[in-house]
Amino acid sequence: MSLPTTREWQIAVGGLIVLIGVALVPFFGSGYVLSLTVNIAMYTVLCTAWAMFSGPTHYISLATAAFFGIGTYAVGLGLETLPFPVLVLVAGACAAALAAVVGIATLRLSGVYFVIFTLGLAELVKQVVTWWQTNFTTSVGLYVFTDFREQHILWMLLGLAALVFITSWAISRSKLGFAMRIIGNDETVAKHVGIDTARAKVLLFVISGAFIGMVGAILAPRFAYVEPPSAFNTMISFQVVIMALLGGTNRIWGPLVGVIPFTILMDQMTAYFPNHTPIVIGLAFLAIVYVLPHGVTGLMADLGKLRKRFKLVAANAGEGA
Amino acid sequence: MNHVLSVAGATKKFGGLVAVNEVSFDINEGELIGLIGPNGSGKTTLLNLISGALKPTSGNISLNGALISGQPAHKIARQGISRTFQLVKVLPGLTARENVIAGAVFGHTHVWGDEAEELAESLLEKVGLSDRGDSPTGAMTYIDQKRLELARALAGNPSVLLLDEWLAGLNPSELKIGISLIRDLRNEGLTIIMVEHVMDAIRSLCDRCVVMSSGVKIADGEVNQVLADPEVVRAYLGDADA
Repeated sequence: MSLPTTREWQIAVGGLIVLIGVALVPFFGSGYVLSLTVNIAMYTVLCTAWAMFSGPTHYISLATAAFFGIGTYAVGLGLETLPFPVLVLVAGACAAALAAVVGIATLRLSGVYFVIFTLGLAELVKQVVTWWQTNFTTSVGLYVFTDFREQHILWMLLGLAALVFITSWAISRSKLGFAMRIIGNDETVAKHVGIDTARAKVLLFVISGAFIGMVGAILAPRFAYVEPPSAFNTMISFQVVIMALLGGTNRIWGPLVGVIPFTILMDQMTAYFPNHTPIVIGLAFLAIVYVLPHGVTGLMADLGKLRKRFKLVAANAGEGA
Repeated sequence: MNHVLSVAGATKKFGGLVAVNEVSFDINEGELIGLIGPNGSGKTTLLNLISGALKPTSGNISLNGALISGQPAHKIARQGISRTFQLVKVLPGLTARENVIAGAVFGHTHVWGDEAEELAESLLEKVGLSDRGDSPTGAMTYIDQKRLELARALAGNPSVLLLDEWLAGLNPSELKIGISLIRDLRNEGLTIIMVEHVMDAIRSLCDRCVVMSSGVKIADGEVNQVLADPEVVRAYLGDADA
């Protein structure tokens, strides 16, 4: 639409500095800190990509695990034949293709039907992969042996994070982004002002799915041995939703605000109460829905508005006196 | 064939209920037509058929000679049909200015950026909302929301504007403002179909009236003539008064 504003430049520079800072973690932090950082980077990309579609449309997608798993498997299957960077792109393309098919078939569904379908989809893909491996290959899993170590995975994730933020920002300024905001407000109006709502939603779902697939690909070396339950882990889908909603989806960087505390919380939980993580997730979900329906960033915006109103009231009172 | 809009045998069935039954009429450029009839006579359904919110069961609707019936709403909007809604639909998460821009980006007009902002500003002024561009729309009064919706519909530079009970729910002074606003639009040469229950507005604004009852067109012609038609009176008031 127009050139970036000064504030946007400030955010971009700030973001770059943070990115560089995080990229230096492997040289200073312990192994534990590094692995936690990788988790945070992973969920940052996942949540931002998820919010790209689900934020404006309010369609809660639980298909994250499906796209993630597809990406992981693309690497597992192609490692012998293709170089890794190409595989990441292939993974993105495969996830995008799946998102396109699913999108065309299901984005006419609304509300809870869409949620259930996407949950079922992740399970379906997992079952199909399991069935295929047990019937047509010799083992249920795949080995992913690479020379990559934690820091390499982190750097790749950080690169992808930069890309996902830039893409989100570009979309938010584009006609597509504006169309999505209108769709999120009122789909009937959107259609009647000339927006091809189905096409816009599918397009965004595809972009979002592609990023999630690429995260799955980058994470594949970390698994070393990939099998359906770990690659298509439904827990990933739920955690992404919770973290993104905790942060809030009305800002591009909103999900990040949810990712950092929640990843640390989950890490502590799995360390000290490994059998109670589902309870924590459930409680967190309840807390977010009841206490922070618009996430932390939404709360901040509300507080900002409230402060402005108080100032206005105070100013008026001053004039009156 | 210099009709802007032609409706030929438009029919819409919901299961066994025939909401619109073989309705036909033509509209010339610059005409302002009142579409009236008792509640449940199929007026809004007919507007929905024209705007593409619903697909006709049978019959044809064409705009400037090109068939539009059966196409999805967004394609029809792009060809130049804009509408407002019976229950006013503003976009609450967008500012007033953005609401208007929404009508100008994807439809019959394609403007973006500064051009869209300027267009929105001039339309806001036209409907009486100048300097309200940054207002949040959720807190607007009813008439202001209606004005905003009208500005959004106009932003698409429509060939035909559909107003679905746009004057309903306004108080007497607001009604005067509303009527003069529509009159201005007609004087600019815009082709308008208005579904309306406010008879004063129909009398003072419309060139022509189409009357529907139980899904069927029962009268079509000059306003006073149509309103005196015994069949029209019967449709509204029952046999005893006809």
